[in-house]
Amino acid sequence: MGIFILIGLVFMIRLYFLQVTDNRYQHTAENIVLRYVTQYPARGRIKDRHGELLVFNNAAYDLMVIPRQVKAHDTALLCRMLGIDREEYEKQLQKAMHYSYYKPSVFARQISKSDGGLIGEELYRFPGFYLQTRTLREYPRPIAAHLLGSIGEVGKKEIEKDPYYRTGDYIGKSGIEKYYENDLHGKKGMKVLAVDVHNREKGSYQDGRYDTLAVPGKDIFISLDADLQSYGEQLMQNKKGSIVAIEPGTGEILAMVTSPGYDPNMLVGRKRSENYRALRDDTLKPLLNRAISGTYPPGSTFKMINALIALQEKAIRPQTKFNCMGPLSAPIKCTHNHKSPLNLEEAITQSCNPYFWNTFKSTLNKPGDVKQGFENWHRDVVSLGFGTKFNTDIPYEVSGNIPSRAYFDKLYRGSWNALTVRSLSIGQGEILVTPIQLANLVAVIANKGFYYPPHLLRKIEGKEGFPEKFTRKQVSTIEAKHFDIVQKSMLDVFEGQHGTARWYKMDSITQCGKTGTVQNPHGEDHSLFIAFAPLENPQIAITVIVENAGFGSTWAAPIASLMIEKYLTGEVKRKGIEQRMLESDLIHGEKEKTDNN
Amino acid sequence: MRRENTIANMDWLTVLMYLLLVFFGWLSIYSASSDEEVVNVFDFSQRYGKQIVWIGLALLLAVVILIIDAQFFSAFSYIIYFSILLLLMAVLLFGKTVAGSKSWIDLGSLSIQPAEFAKFATALALYRYLSSINTNIQRLKTKLVSVVIITLPALLILLQNDTGSALVYAAFVLVLYREGISGAFIVVGVFAALLFILTLLFGEVWVSAGVTVIAVLLFALFKKMRKRIKPLLAGMLFSIVFVFSVNYAYENVLATHQKKRINVMLGIEKDPSGAGYNVNQSKIAIGSGGLKGKGFRKGMLTRYHFVPEQTTDFIFCTVGEEWGFAGTSTIILLFVFFLIRLIVLAERQKSHFSRIYGYAVASIFFFHFAVNIGMTIGLAPVVGIPLPFFSYGGSSLWAFTILLFIFIKQDANRLNLL
Ligand SMILES: [Zn+2]
Repeated sequence: MGIFILIGLVFMIRLYFLQVTDNRYQHTAENIVLRYVTQYPARGRIKDRHGELLVFNNAAYDLMVIPRQVKAHDTALLCRMLGIDREEYEKQLQKAMHYSYYKPSVFARQISKSDGGLIGEELYRFPGFYLQTRTLREYPRPIAAHLLGSIGEVGKKEIEKDPYYRTGDYIGKSGIEKYYENDLHGKKGMKVLAVDVHNREKGSYQDGRYDTLAVPGKDIFISLDADLQSYGEQLMQNKKGSIVAIEPGTGEILAMVTSPGYDPNMLVGRKRSENYRALRDDTLKPLLNRAISGTYPPGSTFKMINALIALQEKAIRPQTKFNCMGPLSAPIKCTHNHKSPLNLEEAITQSCNPYFWNTFKSTLNKPGDVKQGFENWHRDVVSLGFGTKFNTDIPYEVSGNIPSRAYFDKLYRGSWNALTVRSLSIGQGEILVTPIQLANLVAVIANKGFYYPPHLLRKIEGKEGFPEKFTRKQVSTIEAKHFDIVQKSMLDVFEGQHGTARWYKMDSITQCGKTGTVQNPHGEDHSLFIAFAPLENPQIAITVIVENAGFGSTWAAPIASLMIEKYLTGEVKRKGIEQRMLESDLIHGEKEKTDNN
Repeated sequence: MRRENTIANMDWLTVLMYLLLVFFGWLSIYSASSDEEVVNVFDFSQRYGKQIVWIGLALLLAVVILIIDAQFFSAFSYIIYFSILLLLMAVLLFGKTVAGSKSWIDLGSLSIQPAEFAKFATALALYRYLSSINTNIQRLKTKLVSVVIITLPALLILLQNDTGSALVYAAFVLVLYREGISGAFIVVGVFAALLFILTLLFGEVWVSAGVTVIAVLLFALFKKMRKRIKPLLAGMLFSIVFVFSVNYAYENVLATHQKKRINVMLGIEKDPSGAGYNVNQSKIAIGSGGLKGKGFRKGMLTRYHFVPEQTTDFIFCTVGEEWGFAGTSTIILLFVFFLIRLIVLAERQKSHFSRIYGYAVASIFFFHFAVNIGMTIGLAPVVGIPLPFFSYGGSSLWAFTILLFIFIKQDANRLNLL
């Protein structure tokens, strides 16, 4: 019992000294107010693969108010300086009082540097108001809006999830800004200032003893090539569609264009919400990133996959020949005019439907059980990166669709065979892929059998290590030896006499490609082209989709070839093709057409 | 009939002090966690609102305990004890980590901390065991079993990285002392702890030299000691071996972060962003309260998140800042009276079981009280344990309530047990 009294006594003596005799901690002068000013760290910048600045910070001010400290002042002058009316003034003050009587609220946000300077000089007239330095994001080039993303004020949910955030803080809302938020935001600090009755800051309280320093955010290097990205966006002007370019050896995304897009500077500052609404309501859906959220039937490009799988499953050999009866072929017609019978390489170059129907049928029938054969096929397709998300640092990815055995079992109540699902043989039916998955397929072909998950991150400044899942080598089920013939037939698309992209051949670079025309039940077909180059040492794998543009060779192929030239040589010499692509307008013509209807 | 007995014989003074402490606790949480000028006390998304729910449930628990048969807890003490042990193991496997300790179990929207409940379960089990007829604390077997009962949960909690809660088990030593364990045990224990700390502070060579010097001095100054040269030498040698093995264990067994924590606690290493920072901020907040404090909900420092963990481990800061020395001394006096009252109640128990249980209850509350308030004013190391009835959180409030009310129930029934 004695020990209870003893400890109680010790505590009270200690507290007496702490609270009563030692008055270091008390601010007896009643007119000194402490102001806790959050020190906002500079947000990390975003740079491209060569270190070119894509996003940086620009200083701005928020005018803060602490309702408890507000005294009578010249309201008219304040309104004039802020460019607001009396009504807005009352509204903001009410809002601040409603939030908290003691804690600072934002009264007016994102005041420019020069306006902030003027207001700062007059601030002594307005007790309870002060300026808080903030940063605005600025984009030197109006590119890659979807990938970089934007920042905005934290929402209630985000604050609940992470106590680091307080009302009024900014947080990455989309894109890289969101994915790497924790690296970019740095760490807030706190400055304790003594303020006198005249709203004048008297400097740090107790020589900054209780201040904490803000830690700036880390800079992030992403894999984009700003010049290539910008060039791609120009080529896609006035067209609907997307471009994805990947470095096959690493999975790094070199360019990702979606069109129509928007200027990232639109979603910054005071006009953010207004512009956002306009973009959201636009019928051309500029906010949609078609490169990862758009799904398309892959059409003819999928024939290469069926060829690779048939070789791997030993259903055919390169020499295997099948007959083609042209338009009379059954169950799938051939729309091309060519010799018959033909072997695999010729079939790829000619995009012969009957050949791939026969190939597909052989694959499925190979194990003696169609459903087992289908499961093998499904496993092989998925191993090439289809039907699932890569789950790296690209937001809003969708997984596309590769139908499963269970799906068909359910659809046809268990009774189906190769004939039932024949449209899969030519990349139609239930198959849906995204442009990034197609670009990744090209990377697999260029690498002869493996890929690294496509991603944007290259380096985080001052941070060791790299996300392991970005560098994990994904090996497909297809052996390397089977890719030679596919690569050769893709080379023929540019170099062969009848190649569908022969007009875009270059002497200096050996390009390999494949045209695809994607049937579109809602209108004109989509133009699709996949390519990689150079053949000997692939540096770039690319997919181009131009919606409602008809044949792949007319639009998608030249754009892909120009992108390759731009990336590998730094400048484009084929000015004629370039000009045709830059000047053509496939959106507004179409719009007129529909408007007239 | 029986229930009326309970109500009539209950020690209402203890209950009143309990209610007062809970009430002051809630006021402090309310003040520390409400930012707004106008607040809805029943806003259950806020901590002060949630705490009202926890308090309501705690009172319900108290009533239930008073209603059920007094023999229930003594009869089921082993079952309760082993269920809690299982729960502690489950936490290690499926628990979630909060603030570095893997000690929470997630039950949908509710998280509970089994370590809090382990205290009363251990108290029940230990005293059930000690009060059974064929045990005698003087016997080695009894000592060993008691130690095992105490250390099992303590070890499991230690594995959860919740050092503070594990340390609470040291409080049980007090009870063992009351029940007749030799004082020499405690002397040896305290001496060993002292050596341990000194070794880390000054190194094994200096401490060994010190031990030798003390032994020589004892020998030279006290004639009585000359007759006991053998035990003195043995003690000295044993101490030196102990000192070296502490040093070895520290260097080779502990992980870096564990070493760091010990170092900060002992003041060898400064950690301005960790434990040391908390204490500094806490002292400033309490010190700024002055004699009378700044007034209810006027504490600027605690309201501005100046003190970390201000509604849980550092809730005492709010009392200090807003109610000043007047408030802090009131609370301390209230706690001291509460503890003394518990001992008085324990002493008047007729049954062996109830008396030792009462001592356990008092010891656990005392340990929490001493360490928690001690750390906020810089007199004890920062180990995260709550201030009973004050700190925010359902688990600790419920566990303390159960602990207390089982005892109150036993006290009310002491006459029936004759
Ligand atoms: Zn054909």
